Amino acid sequence: MSVQSPISSVNDFVVRFANVNGSGSASANEMFARSILRHGVPVSPRNVFPSNIQGLPTWYEVRVTEDGHLGARGGVDMMVAMNPQTWDKDIAAIEPGGYLFYDSTKPMPASKFRADITVIGVPLTAITNSTYTDPRQRQLFKNIIYLGAMCALLDMDPKLVEQLIGEQYKGKEKLLSSNIHALHLGRDWALQNLKCPIGLRVKKADKVGDRIFIEGNSAAALGAVYGGATVCAWYPITPSSSVADAFTSHCKKLRHDPVTGKAKYAIVQGEDELASIGIVIGASWNGARAFTATSGPGISLMTEFIGLSYFAEIPAVIMNVQRAGPSTGMPTRTQQCDIIACAYASHGDTKHVLLFPEDPAEAFEFAAHAFDLAERLQTTIFLMLDLDIGMNHRLSRPLKWDDARQYDRGKVMTAEMLDEPGRDFGRYLDVDGDGIPYRTYPGTHPTKGSFFTRGTSRNRYAIYSEEGPVYADNMQRLVRKFETAQDMVPRPLQANAAKPTKYGVIYFGSTAPAMDEAIGILESRGHQLDRLRIRAFPFHSSVASFIADHDFVYVVEQNRDAQLRSLIVNENGIDPVRLIPILHYDGTPITARFIAGAIGDHQDQLKVTPLRKVKS
Amino acid sequence: MTYIAKPKFHHPGLPKNDLGFTHRDYEGKISTLCAGCGHDSITASIIEACFELSIEPHRVAKISGIGCSSKTPDYFLGNSHGFNSVHGRMPSVLTGANLANRELIYLGVSGDGDSASIGFGQFAHSIRRGVNMTYIVENNGVYGLTKGQFSATADRGSKSKKGLINNDSPIDLVAIALQLGASFVARSFSGDKTQLVPLIAAAIQHKGAAFIDVISPCVAFNNHAGSTKSFDYVREHNDAVNRLDVISGRDPITVDYAPGTVQLVEQHDGTRIALRKIDADYDPHDRVGAMSFLQKHAARGQIVTGLLFVDPESDDLHSHLDTVEVPLNTLDAGDLCPGTAALEKINASLR
Repeated sequence: MSVQSPISSVNDFVVRFANVNGSGSASANEMFARSILRHGVPVSPRNVFPSNIQGLPTWYEVRVTEDGHLGARGGVDMMVAMNPQTWDKDIAAIEPGGYLFYDSTKPMPASKFRADITVIGVPLTAITNSTYTDPRQRQLFKNIIYLGAMCALLDMDPKLVEQLIGEQYKGKEKLLSSNIHALHLGRDWALQNLKCPIGLRVKKADKVGDRIFIEGNSAAALGAVYGGATVCAWYPITPSSSVADAFTSHCKKLRHDPVTGKAKYAIVQGEDELASIGIVIGASWNGARAFTATSGPGISLMTEFIGLSYFAEIPAVIMNVQRAGPSTGMPTRTQQCDIIACAYASHGDTKHVLLFPEDPAEAFEFAAHAFDLAERLQTTIFLMLDLDIGMNHRLSRPLKWDDARQYDRGKVMTAEMLDEPGRDFGRYLDVDGDGIPYRTYPGTHPTKGSFFTRGTSRNRYAIYSEEGPVYADNMQRLVRKFETAQDMVPRPLQANAAKPTKYGVIYFGSTAPAMDEAIGILESRGHQLDRLRIRAFPFHSSVASFIADHDFVYVVEQNRDAQLRSLIVNENGIDPVRLIPILHYDGTPITARFIAGAIGDHQDQLKVTPLRKVKS
Repeated sequence: MTYIAKPKFHHPGLPKNDLGFTHRDYEGKISTLCAGCGHDSITASIIEACFELSIEPHRVAKISGIGCSSKTPDYFLGNSHGFNSVHGRMPSVLTGANLANRELIYLGVSGDGDSASIGFGQFAHSIRRGVNMTYIVENNGVYGLTKGQFSATADRGSKSKKGLINNDSPIDLVAIALQLGASFVARSFSGDKTQLVPLIAAAIQHKGAAFIDVISPCVAFNNHAGSTKSFDYVREHNDAVNRLDVISGRDPITVDYAPGTVQLVEQHDGTRIALRKIDADYDPHDRVGAMSFLQKHAARGQIVTGLLFVDPESDDLHSHLDTVEVPLNTLDAGDLCPGTAALEKINASLR
C-alpha cells in the first residue's frame, strides 16, 4: 500500500455519516450541516436512506463547498462510521488519505482498518454510558457527542453550534442545556485526547449570503399555498408524502381565517391515487385550485383520469416527485424517469405540460405558476420534481413573491357574460384561435351556460357526437392549445461557453448543479460547451434552434432510456444522431465527475487524429 | 346519443312549484335507454323530487360514473352542470366538487357495476368521509351497456339471460353503507314511485352521506324468470318497512300511504320526514337494528325497502375539515395568498 499523506482541505470536502435508521442521528447530522452554513460556508447535504423505518443502514452526506457546488460530488473524505452492519463498505468508500471517525469503545482488529487513511477513535459508548443511564438518552446524546467531537476535529466554532441548538430547543430549557452539555462532552474529549484540528477544516467565509436552506417538497407545497390551491388530495408514497405534510403545516400557519379560525383549504388523504386525482378533477371542474402529489406508481394509477383531464379539459396540478422505477423500483433513490410516462400519460392521443424545476426556489415558483397554467390551459400540469430536489435540504435563493400578482383564472364565463346580447357559449368553442375554449362553473346561471362534461366525444357545444369530422376538429383544437402552451411555460435558459463552440449540452431539473460544476471541469480539460437548461415541455422553439446551432448536443439525464432526448427527437423531428445521450441511472444523484467524465471521454474521441500520426 | 330534439312547449295549466317552475324545467334530454328501463323511472322520480322541493335546477351538480345508469344525468335537470366521469370514480369526483363549493346540491348517480365492482372502494370511502351528497345506485344486477354480464350485486343462483348461473356471493350495498357509517340509508324500487320520490327528497335535504339503493330491472338483460332483479321478483319479495313524507314548510308530497303509525323525524336543516311505519317495530334510528333487520329478511329472501336508517344529527366532510362557510372556489389571491411579508418571515426562518 502506497504511503498516502492525509487529505488537507479547507471548506471543500465530503463527510459521510453512516448510521442505523431510527437511531435519532438525522437531527444531529442536519445540525452539523446547518452549523457549517452558519460559518458562511455553503453545504449540500443528501440523505441516503432505505425504504424502511428502523434498523436498516442510512447515510447522510454533507458536501462542504465554499465554491458553492451543490450537486453531489462522489467520494468520501471523512467517514463517520456509526453502523457496524456497513462497516466494511464504509471503510472501502473513503478516499485515499481520508479520515475515519469511529466509536472506539470496543477494540477492533487491525484488519478492519486501512493503512492509507487516518483513523480517529472516540469511545462514544463509554462516554455516553458513564454520563447517562436512560437508554433513550444514551442513544440520542451519543449523536450530539460525536457532533461535538467533529466540531473540535474540523475546527468549527462551538458558539455557532450552540446557537443552533438554542434555536432548535427554544423554550425547552432542559433539553437545551442537556444538548449543549453533550456537545461539550464530545468536544472536550477530542481536544484533550486527539490531535485537533485534522487536515479537513471549516473556516469562516461569507459565501452563503441571503440564501435559504429548504427541501424542494416543502418549497413546492409553499408554492401551492401562494398559488391559491384550496384542495389537496393525496395518497402516501415516498418520496412525495412530505409535499402533503408540508402543505398541511404551511396551511395551518397561513390559511386560517383570522376571525373564525376556519380553514381556507381542504386536504383529503385519499384511499388511493385514483381517488386523489378524482378529487382534484372534481374540485377543479367546480372552480377550485386543486392538486395532488405523488410518485411514479401513483402516476401509473392516475393515467385514466389524466386522459379525462386532457380530453374534457379540466385543470389539474400533479406534483410528481420522481423515484427510481419501474414498478416499486428503488423507492428511496432518485431518478428523472417519468418524462415519457407523464408527457404522454393516458390512452389515445394525449400530450401534457411538464415543468422541470432545478431547485427549491424554482419548485416554489413553478408550483405557484402551475395553477395559473392549469386554469389558463384547462388541462393537467405536471410539476416534475425528484427525490434529490424534493427530500434534501438545498441551499437556494430566497423565495420571492410579487404582492401585485393576481391569479390567472383562465377563460371562465360568468353569469353577466352569459347574459350579454349575442354571446354564444359553446364549451368547446374556440372563439379566438388559441385553442382554449370558455368554461363555466356549475351553478353560474339559472338557464345559460350549463353543459354535460364527459370523456366521450362531443361537438363544440358539448353535445355527444361520434361523427368523424367533429371528433377530428376537437383533436386538432387540442393540438392548437398545446402550441399555445409553448409560449406560456418557462423558457429554456441558455449559457454560452467563453469561446465559440460546435458542441452543446441540454439538461434539466436536479442535474443543474452537477452540470454547472461539470462545465468548469470540462473547460479546464479544454472542452467548451454551450448549455441549455430545459424548464418545460412543450419545448420552446429555442430548443430546436439550439440544436441546429451545434454539430452535436449532449443530453444529460437521470434515466436509462434517454427519455428527454426521445421526447425532443419525437416532438421536434431532430435527427437522433445529433443528440448524444449522457445517462446516469443507478439511483444516486448525478455528479459533476460523472458528467465531466462521460462528456470529456466523448469529446476526446471526437478529436480527429491525422492518419499520418497514427501510422508513425 | 340524443338525436331527437325534445319539444319545449307544454300545457299552460301544468302545476308550478314555489319558484314558478313546472316539471318541464326539471327535465333533461330524451332518454336513449331501452323502452321500459327502470332507470327512466328513477329519472322521473328525481325530477319529481326536485320539483316538489322547489330546488333551483342550476344549483344541482349531477355527477356519474360510466354505464347505463351513469348516462341518466343527461335526462334530468337540463339546466344543471353534469359530469359523466370515469368508470367507478363518481364518488371521488363528487367529493372534490363538493369541497370546491359547499353550497350546491350534489347528486351522484351510479350503477351496480360502477359502485359494487370497479368503484367499490370509492363508494366506501366517500361514505366513510360523510360527503354531503345524495348517492343513488340504480341497481339492476347486470352490466347493461356491455350486454348482460353479472354484476357484483347479482344474487347467488340467479340466472343470466344467456342461462348462466351466478355462483358468487352478492354484495349488498345497503348493508355495507350502514356498516360504513352512512347517515341516511334507504332502499327502494324503481317501479315504486310513491316510495322513491319522498326518499330522494329526504336524501337531498339530509346533511351528510345519503345512500339510496334503487332496484331497477334491466328490461333487456335482467327481467326474465330466474333473475332476482326482475319486476316480478322484486314486487313479490318487496318488504317495505315504511313510507315517508317530506315536509319542507309546505304541503306534504301526496302519496299513497299504507296504514300504520306515523313518526316525525326532524332533520338537521329543520325539514321533517314523516315516516309511516308498516312494520310497527322498526326503528330507523338504530343502525345496529337496521343491519340485523336487513340480514334477517335477506335470509328469508325478502328485499327490505324504505328508509332503513337516518341520523338526524349528522354532519359532513366540511364540518370535519372545519372549512370556511363560503365556497372555496370563490376565494381569490386576497383570501389565499399570504403575501410578501409572510414569505420574508419564512425565508428568515430557513437561514
